Amino acid sequence: MVGTVSSLGRRATRINHAVSEPFWVQFILITIALVFLALFLVMPLVAVFKEAFSKGIEVYFASLSEPDAWHAVKLTLLAAAISVPLNVIFGVSAAWAITKFRFHGKHALITLIDLPFAVSPVVAGLIYVLLFGAQGWFGPWLADHDLKIIFAVPGIVLATIFVTFPFVARELIPLMEEQGTSYEEASLTLGAGGWQTFWRVTVPSIKWGLLYGIILCNARAMGEFGAVSVVSGHIRGQTNTLPLHIEILYNEYQFAASFAAASILAGLALVTLVVKSFLEWQHTRDRERAARAALQEI
Amino acid sequence: MSIEVKNIQKQFGEFTALDNVSLSFPTGELVALLGPSGCGKTTLLRIIAGLENPDGGVVHFHGEDATHVHVRQRQVGFVFQHYALFRHMTVFDNVAFGLSVRPRGKRPDKKEIAERVHDLLKLVQLDWLADRYPDQLSGGQRQRIALARALAVEPKVLLLDEPFGALDAKVRKDLRRWLRRLHDELHITSIFVTHDQEEAMEVADRIVVLNKGKIEQIGTPDEVYNNPATPFVYDFIGQVNLFHSRVNEGWAHIGEIKLPAPEHPQVRDHAAVAYVRPHDIELQALPGEGFISAVIDNISTAGAVLRIELRHALADDVIHVELPRSQERLLNLHPGSQVYARPTNSKIFLQNR
Repeated sequence: MVGTVSSLGRRATRINHAVSEPFWVQFILITIALVFLALFLVMPLVAVFKEAFSKGIEVYFASLSEPDAWHAVKLTLLAAAISVPLNVIFGVSAAWAITKFRFHGKHALITLIDLPFAVSPVVAGLIYVLLFGAQGWFGPWLADHDLKIIFAVPGIVLATIFVTFPFVARELIPLMEEQGTSYEEASLTLGAGGWQTFWRVTVPSIKWGLLYGIILCNARAMGEFGAVSVVSGHIRGQTNTLPLHIEILYNEYQFAASFAAASILAGLALVTLVVKSFLEWQHTRDRERAARAALQEI
Repeated sequence: MSIEVKNIQKQFGEFTALDNVSLSFPTGELVALLGPSGCGKTTLLRIIAGLENPDGGVVHFHGEDATHVHVRQRQVGFVFQHYALFRHMTVFDNVAFGLSVRPRGKRPDKKEIAERVHDLLKLVQLDWLADRYPDQLSGGQRQRIALARALAVEPKVLLLDEPFGALDAKVRKDLRRWLRRLHDELHITSIFVTHDQEEAMEVADRIVVLNKGKIEQIGTPDEVYNNPATPFVYDFIGQVNLFHSRVNEGWAHIGEIKLPAPEHPQVRDHAAVAYVRPHDIELQALPGEGFISAVIDNISTAGAVLRIELRHALADDVIHVELPRSQERLLNLHPGSQVYARPTNSKIFLQNR
């Protein structure tokens, strides 16, 4: 009996050795990862805030309370507020169609969704200039009807929608593919309608993927530079988004003000991350609480 | 409620899943659709449920045409192979789902729903799990909850797609006996799909054997096992020994020996295959009339019966024999020892030219 136990124990340790690297390999791998993180993520973030406050806290707040800066923040938030919900609607319906139905041209649709990833944002901006600009296809017609898209807010929103197009759909397609259609089928056999099935079965099961897609989409919408730069026209107080504002200030050697604006952009990104972590934490807490309650009942 | 399908045709691209299938399921019976994978059994079940549309043919529920009735309105309870329990809902909410999605006028109030759910959870003997989430349950528990959820909407038909397919052997056995008892209690017309012949034998009132989109045989477990209608059924249900033979005037000749073939009295010198179950072979130590001389190749004593493989001069294949363990003491059963075997029961199928 004793012999069996010890031989089992020995085998267990041997398996452990077999699947784990020696100490020095672990050490090197972890060090590389940490150094990389520090160099490429933490240091730039710290640098942004350090530069922003380099001329003192008064200069920081002064550069933010300037009307042009304030307008840029509002425009950035507006562009994100319009493009993110639209891309959520599009992303969910595209992922739904691609994963739950059989139809011709499915692969073509998936490729099309990826197009904004493949095309340079500058090209994306130029496409809109070509279509809606003064010399573009629809330019004369738009001018006749007194509509302004290029060098105006609609152009910025259009460009933002284009570059953030794939985020939600790309996040959802693999998730929904893996889940298959049996949940929806179960719901239908239980007498639920299509709309009920969507809200009560599909949405909760893709909730986390959807949230992640929205966060990525939002981050890109707020941070987009290239495409927006082409269509915006850089009119201060009118068509300057936050990233464009930062660039202008930087080119005018107003480093403190430029970094102050950058710190706002970084702050917005941090807020979205905190929101995401909070929601995830709440989700696991609910699960654990339910599990504990269940265990107590036994 | 009785179900009838007529001339059902279903094609997936080039592949024919169902080829002109007609069947009727009488009220209150528990019927198994049995066949190898790809035989069309799941497709047939999904067509009955309304989850798949047939290319041709009709589905009748209680004499009424239901072919174009939407899944929602069919009032079928469907149990999926991988349970398909809603992971974000507790067990209680899963079972209550079918009642809570009803339109306002037909929806029972909260107290009523809670009572119904608890009754159902009691029926599947899991009322103590109401507050858990599906991923906190074992496979067997999940399947029982899935069944309770399907029963909550008071379906007229219960359809189960490989209900025990994802469970381990012990749980499977318990659960299928439990399903049988439940069916005896509720008497709801039920159809279940399986590829496991033992499961079909144990649970079903009647078995429909399918192969390549066609029905091979319909019958009670007893009929299907003891009187297989086709070579496929013989082969698929239980182990079987095949002997190539020639049939002549009611007798099948295999080398020296001959087996009775009373169902083919008029046939003259026709190629045929004799099917013999392993437990329909007797062994003795001394030669005799109609006995095949053979040598024991292998013998397995792990299990309720003795499993013996014999080498013999008639063919290259070994003969599989199953004997009661009591024979162990009467015969000299060791690999290499000489024995004499005789089929006591056989069935002869003529081969197509």
